[in-house]
Amino acid sequence: MVKANKSKNIVKNLKTVSINNLSHFYGKNENKKQVLNDVNLNIDKGELVLLKGPSGCGKTTLLTLIGALRTCQSGDLTVLNNQLNGASRKTRQILRRSIGMIFQGHNLLRCLTAEQNVQMGADLIKGLTYLQRREIARNWLSAVGLEEHHKKLPNDLSGGQKQRVAIARALSANPKLLLADEPTSALDSVTGREIVTLLRKLAKEQNCSVLMVTHDPRISDMADRILNMEDGKIYSAHSELI
Amino acid sequence: MSFSFLKFRKIPLAWLLLTRQPLRLAVAIAGISFAGILMFMQLGFRDGLFDTSVTIHKLLDADLVLISPRSKSSISMSGFPKRRLIQTLAVEDVEKTAPVNLNYLLWRNPENLKTRSILALGFNPSDSLLLDEGFSKKAYKLRNPSRVLFDKLSRPEFGPIEEWFLSDKKVETEVAGKRVIVEGLVELGPSFGADGNLITSRETFLRLFPANPPGSIEIGLIKLKKGSDPELISRILNKSLPNDVRVLTKNQFIEFEKNYWKNSTAIGFIFSLGALMGFVVGCVVVYQILYSDVTDHLPEYATLLAMGYRLKSLFFVVAREGFLLALFGYLPAYFSGQILYSVIRSSTKLPIIMDADKTILIFVLVLVMCMGSAAVAMRKLVDADPAEIF
Repeated sequence: MVKANKSKNIVKNLKTVSINNLSHFYGKNENKKQVLNDVNLNIDKGELVLLKGPSGCGKTTLLTLIGALRTCQSGDLTVLNNQLNGASRKTRQILRRSIGMIFQGHNLLRCLTAEQNVQMGADLIKGLTYLQRREIARNWLSAVGLEEHHKKLPNDLSGGQKQRVAIARALSANPKLLLADEPTSALDSVTGREIVTLLRKLAKEQNCSVLMVTHDPRISDMADRILNMEDGKIYSAHSELI
Repeated sequence: MSFSFLKFRKIPLAWLLLTRQPLRLAVAIAGISFAGILMFMQLGFRDGLFDTSVTIHKLLDADLVLISPRSKSSISMSGFPKRRLIQTLAVEDVEKTAPVNLNYLLWRNPENLKTRSILALGFNPSDSLLLDEGFSKKAYKLRNPSRVLFDKLSRPEFGPIEEWFLSDKKVETEVAGKRVIVEGLVELGPSFGADGNLITSRETFLRLFPANPPGSIEIGLIKLKKGSDPELISRILNKSLPNDVRVLTKNQFIEFEKNYWKNSTAIGFIFSLGALMGFVVGCVVVYQILYSDVTDHLPEYATLLAMGYRLKSLFFVVAREGFLLALFGYLPAYFSGQILYSVIRSSTKLPIIMDADKTILIFVLVLVMCMGSAAVAMRKLVDADPAEIF
């Protein structure tokens, strides 16, 4: 019995995300609309998964559920060994510290410099001094090639530079899972590819899993796995690259 | 020590959020400062009124004071028999007494001949009236009839008395239609009740105001022997004397005057209401600024929540913004208040001063105003839904 439990834990630990029969609804009574329909999905450690699908198919809802931004209504959702069914607000808040998020609109704090924006991520790491946290921020800015722009405010950066800052911010808190929503949508093809290459490189170095929602066909060749979603269902999941 | 400081040091988010839009910050500071200045002025006038109403009371050389129970304040004093004051000498602890007449008389400005009401005090020059050590020398000159001491802090409408007196010019004028000579200057200060003061002998006072019965006085000053307990003697005297007099300690006499202005007139209420209006205006300004600040930064706050920051941490950011606004709004209000107090002092001669009580009280009010408004604006933070930012 003990052995069985141990082996179960080991299997479980290999998965960053484990989803079984996850369903989600918006609205109530006659206005109730199902956006996720018995979704099943596993993401392994260090894996880069692309999630594609038309607008309104439920990609963002799935991302917000995995990101512990919404409460789970039905089915099993385990993220970084945290069962999110019925999880408290506090549990979800703590879990979010281990999840990096990259938003379509960057969502950088306009009043902070590039370095301070990245440091807001590093500030979530406990037990470090201010100087250590600033050092981490500088290192990540350097890793995304923006060390010379560390004093610039978001308004003084280009779209690609902002997205790099957002990546550095997401990675500066040492996340185990990275969720990215259309990170290349506002970028030209060269910059978009650069960004995903960088993201992939840094995530692999950190042994960090990545789930990326995208419509961009130019980056499909860089994923470990591509999932397609339609009408709230992941109807096919297959490896295109491997 | 320095290690723990560095550990807890954070990016000054509240400061950066506030200073990102300098114009809005300037408007906020101006609004809070305006509210602060309004409170300083209203409370300054109120306290000034209360303080000036007891300027002379504080200077009187007495441990106990006898007044008529019908007296309401220094502007409406009733007389009582002088013999009641003599009766107090029967108590062993009473060292000496001094009868004082007090009333408003008409003073003629010797320069432009216009008349104005002045508060006149009449006493026996051999008695001790004021705590001022040099006063007895000046009082000696009042032994001659029709001599007065003029309060040099009186409003200028009474004429250039100090200037003329100091230039060795004989200062002669009329009080209550009778000729008097200014024999000296004293420093008492005007009040809301009296624009100016003069001191004279009882003999001259009764000549200037013949309607006053010679055996009637308005105030009786009692000096006790060293080591006596004024509270105890006041109780003994109140029991032993008839009901046509009331014995007060000096502090009670001061409070009696202040209470009149506080409770029997609308002045105290009006100034307190004015200060409250300033407080309310400040609350509205700060709330508007903080609410629009939180609304503008809602996506940023939602981002921080999505990153794993606690809602409580964001509340602290808004609270710190409130604190900073309080600090930056208060400082200009304080310095403007100092300047305005100085202008009022020089133009009205009222002792409106920036004392520690007022400084602390208004800082606390500004702080409550900003922190309270911040607390209300925080409710908007709950709307920051991290799920909406994807």
